Amino acid sequence: MAILVYAEHDNTSLKKATLSTVTAAKEMGGDVHVLVAGSGCQAVADEAAKVDGVSKVLLADNAAYEHQLAENVALLVKDLADGYDHIVAAATTTGKNFMPRVAALLDLSMVSDITKVVDANTFERPIYAGNATATVKTTESKVIVTVRTTAFDAAPAEGGSATVEAVDNAQDAGKSKFVGEELAKSDRPELTSAEIVVSGGRALASGENFTKYIEPLADKLGAAVGASRAAVDAGYVPNDMQVGQTGKIVAPQLYIAAGISGAIQHLAGMKDSKVIVAINNDPEAPIASVADYFLEADLFDAVPELTSKL
Amino acid sequence: MKALVAVKRVIDYNVKVRVKADNSGVDLSNTKMSINPFCEIAVEEAVRLKEAGVIDEIIVASIGPKEAQEQIRAALALGADRGVLVQTDEKAYPLQVAKILKGIAEQEGTEVILLGKQAIDDDNNQTGQMLAALMGVGQATFASEVKVEGDKVQVTREIDGGLQTVELSLPAVITTDLRLNEPRFAKLPNIMKAKKKPLDEKTPADFGVDMTSKQEILKVEPPAQRSAGVKVASVDELIDKLKNEAKVI
Repeated sequence: MAILVYAEHDNTSLKKATLSTVTAAKEMGGDVHVLVAGSGCQAVADEAAKVDGVSKVLLADNAAYEHQLAENVALLVKDLADGYDHIVAAATTTGKNFMPRVAALLDLSMVSDITKVVDANTFERPIYAGNATATVKTTESKVIVTVRTTAFDAAPAEGGSATVEAVDNAQDAGKSKFVGEELAKSDRPELTSAEIVVSGGRALASGENFTKYIEPLADKLGAAVGASRAAVDAGYVPNDMQVGQTGKIVAPQLYIAAGISGAIQHLAGMKDSKVIVAINNDPEAPIASVADYFLEADLFDAVPELTSKL
Repeated sequence: MKALVAVKRVIDYNVKVRVKADNSGVDLSNTKMSINPFCEIAVEEAVRLKEAGVIDEIIVASIGPKEAQEQIRAALALGADRGVLVQTDEKAYPLQVAKILKGIAEQEGTEVILLGKQAIDDDNNQTGQMLAALMGVGQATFASEVKVEGDKVQVTREIDGGLQTVELSLPAVITTDLRLNEPRFAKLPNIMKAKKKPLDEKTPADFGVDMTSKQEILKVEPPAQRSAGVKVASVDELIDKLKNEAKVI
């Protein structure tokens, strides 16, 4: 029995999401193989070969896979599916994009965003924006799942010595074309893998105030900066900073929410954080129900004070 | 050209859900039901494409209980032209829904197929992708901008880290993200007019689809409760607690 894990990468390095996915795969039991599909991505395959618990790396290096277009990648994974009982990917925008396509090509149902492996065919996953947890069993001939990466520890990046095997399979479905990309630049840690996240909400009132109040605190703590949907919709910050059901799911050691009321949608993205701090001038705000420490104060006073005293 | 928009009847996003005491599911009795918010964005985008002269006719489809016709009527009031209700009382899983939608899309010859990126009840995020795969057409998920030009569509997608633009040949499947547009409210005269718009009733069997899934929900539980937090009086106390009690900084 073998498990195929789809590697998350940017053609130069392996993303941490892959390491968490490998951990989840190991819990399903069986040989873990990692598929690296991309263009000019030998370095990624070498990195994947060192991950503890990986026994084989498949490298599909072709221009058709450079931007992970779902149409092409899904055909590749479908072709490789024969030798595997489980196909697993991270529940990132990449994994969410192509995995259901693979499942349908194989005429199989799939399980999204699992947070726990009960056994090889049974998983736990959040539903209703994290307000309920469902235990789902699948009796399909192949198990296709995406993994919520914050729910699994990262597998050690060193310690493995897998062989890298080239896959000669160039699939171009000819249905889609990559036009361009606009990535938000940031020197801070990546939101989904940061140990500390400082988030701001509508109460910040402007993008300048994010720069003036939230960012210095984040820099002091070596934290990533997040935001509520209200702050994103108001144009204060770009939307890849949104934490919530429809944005990113984070589970850092410390989550500081400043000026965020705590709508269900936002809580779904951060309530698995170890320690939650809320700074809000409204003691009735729903965020108080999940906060370990609640400071009732005006964030424009409290955040600079916190920054200066740390 | 024609557009197909899929809408799902779900619990209203403002309702705080309760898990049933026997752990068989979420209690949906006497709760307010609505169009899934992402589906509403899909309807709005179709209506805007119609207003821009790109689309001639919008067909709204829903797969679910008889009551789902309320959600189809709501979409008709927003500007869709006619509805198809595929009635089933069984739980509709994404693969089966995608198979039915494929049947409708092919029957109607729709070229632009719009869905929400996920339904806020099951949070699966699968149906659009599965539909595209079954139809053998291109897909653009998590769309924040849609531009139809001739027989192609350019879609800007929200991805981790930023935005990505792809071009697809039509027909294509597009799933909507939150920032694609702001759905309009239905006006009273339009709600009245929507009652007269045609609504076909079908069953999964009409499309040769068996609704049974090889996936089963064994139990549904409430999430683990966080223990009650404390209120701190000052920034100093907060720093002290984080350092000495929680030990996270």
